[in-house]
Amino acid sequence: MPLLTIEQLTASYPGRVAIRSLTLSAQPGEVIGLIGPNGSGKTSPLRAISGAIRPTAGRMFLGDLDLIQATAAARARLVASVPQGGRLPEGFTVGEVVLMGRTPHLAPLSGEQPHDYSIAEQAMRATAVSDLTIRRIGELSGGEQQRVLIARALAQEPHVLLLDEATAHLDLHHQTAIMRLIRSLARQGLIVIAALHDLNLAAIYADRLALLHQGELLAFDRPAAVLTPGLLRAAYAVEAVITSHPLYGTPLVALVDAALPD
Amino acid sequence: MQTLQKQPHPVRRTAVAARGWRLPRHRGGVIIAVLLLGIVTLLSIVIGSVAIPPEIAFKILLSHIPGIAIIPDWPASFERILLDIRLPRVALVAITGATLACSGAAYQGLFRNPLADPYLIGVASGAGLGAILAAAIRTTTPDVPLLIIPFGAFIGAVATVATVYTLGRIGGVTPITTLLLAGVAIGTLTSAASTFILLRLSSQTARILAFLLGGYATGGWEPVLTVVPFALVGFVTLVVCARPLNLILFDEFQARQLGIDVERLKLLVIIAATLMTAAAVAFSGLVGFAGLIVPHTIRLLVGADHRRLLPLAALGGATFLLLADLLARTLIAPAELPLGVVTAAVGAPFFLYLLRRAKGASFF
Repeated sequence: MPLLTIEQLTASYPGRVAIRSLTLSAQPGEVIGLIGPNGSGKTSPLRAISGAIRPTAGRMFLGDLDLIQATAAARARLVASVPQGGRLPEGFTVGEVVLMGRTPHLAPLSGEQPHDYSIAEQAMRATAVSDLTIRRIGELSGGEQQRVLIARALAQEPHVLLLDEATAHLDLHHQTAIMRLIRSLARQGLIVIAALHDLNLAAIYADRLALLHQGELLAFDRPAAVLTPGLLRAAYAVEAVITSHPLYGTPLVALVDAALPD
Repeated sequence: MQTLQKQPHPVRRTAVAARGWRLPRHRGGVIIAVLLLGIVTLLSIVIGSVAIPPEIAFKILLSHIPGIAIIPDWPASFERILLDIRLPRVALVAITGATLACSGAAYQGLFRNPLADPYLIGVASGAGLGAILAAAIRTTTPDVPLLIIPFGAFIGAVATVATVYTLGRIGGVTPITTLLLAGVAIGTLTSAASTFILLRLSSQTARILAFLLGGYATGGWEPVLTVVPFALVGFVTLVVCARPLNLILFDEFQARQLGIDVERLKLLVIIAATLMTAAAVAFSGLVGFAGLIVPHTIRLLVGADHRRLLPLAALGGATFLLLADLLARTLIAPAELPLGVVTAAVGAPFFLYLLRRAKGASFF
């Protein structure tokens, strides 16, 4: 299983810098959480890895494949992406949508083979959407749709799975379910890189956290080393007390507001 | 007494739901569509100001297949009407319907917009302007070959698309909204230019107006053979793009994540659909509605997958336009209604009926 290495990567949106000189690495089995305030560029590494924005400088490799030079199809065979708030054409069934994950592995005119159906079914089992196979995607709840999109990504048989705020807009139960799924996928050897909003979820489920601020990496380390009062103040401009999770011992962020009475 | 079982909503029963996961792609739809097209084609051949009995029509057709010898026992006029007038007209109408419906389906998918059709992005108006210019040249200098009309249409369509594409392109990408807006603007402009030319050429206005409303001059086989390559190249290209078109129904970001070269796909689909539109407009004029309602109808029946949608839209479009043409020829015989009038009169109510029935079901 290949390593993901990003060195000195700089990328920009039209008119503004997205990430500046970013250096990151991830190994198979790892969940990397990208955190940072709104507009900090925490989703920019995802966009760069997935090819949605083109880096202007730096290097990015998965094993020995140059991800910057790779064609869209070659990249899609190794890197899969779960979008946030993307468009879903309601007319397709769950099975059809998941099967679309096989696209990068198929020649333009060839139909899906039994092998492809098997992989799609496996992906649906892994994300617990098998029962929805012939339902239309427009009829599903937000949590179910999110799981279908993860299944489609898994059907790509990727080495790297990118998730953009996969738990946003979900209730606690579904948040936990998705995060647990992400953990178990990593255990099977995937590199998971997830932009996360909820710091406490990130602390529990990520192996390492990358804290971004204005397109720059402030810290990249274990959650306990990243979620510190000083770094949170620098990135979010908030005061926080860090305790530890009563069961897991992972950091637990409690916000403090000076305007409130003690 | 047996309780009435709640029927599943017809629109919700997609092909996949009906056949179950993993069963081979159903061929039933194609077979039914081919049969329907066959029946309508046969009707179109035998019905007309001179009625040709179906069995004689069959015999005439058979006698022209090499290796089959049938002694002619029919009036020679039947043979001429069938082979030189009816068949080429049927072929031209069928090709027009197929290309309009197919390109409409492709535009709707590419633009993720249920209203998109060759008219919305200005292609048809551009092709119309090109064809009118070419037809105007031809009425003043009759020895110019007929080929000038589809080439005029194609040049008009390509020029329009190139303009629209250039105007809609911002910083290396082509957002769909700007593309559509540019298309509407350029389409209006070319329509205005067409009207202006028609006014200036008042002596030939009637003739060209007939063209605009979609009437089929009896041009024999030449127009048919002229447009077939355009239509064929366009169709094959679209079929190759069918799976990527499914993915772009999500959005461009997701399509790219699944390995699609989105900018190349847009260009390919637009060129193919433009070729087809030009082929349709060149000799049939601006026939409304076929490009809009046929794809939607097929989608309601078999779902949004372009691998089923595109071939069935082609078959359905041919059938729809042949039916419309049959009505246009027979309703006020011996006079003929413009085809565009019939497609609008039949198409609009049918489409509204489908919309009401399919309330709440969306494919976009």
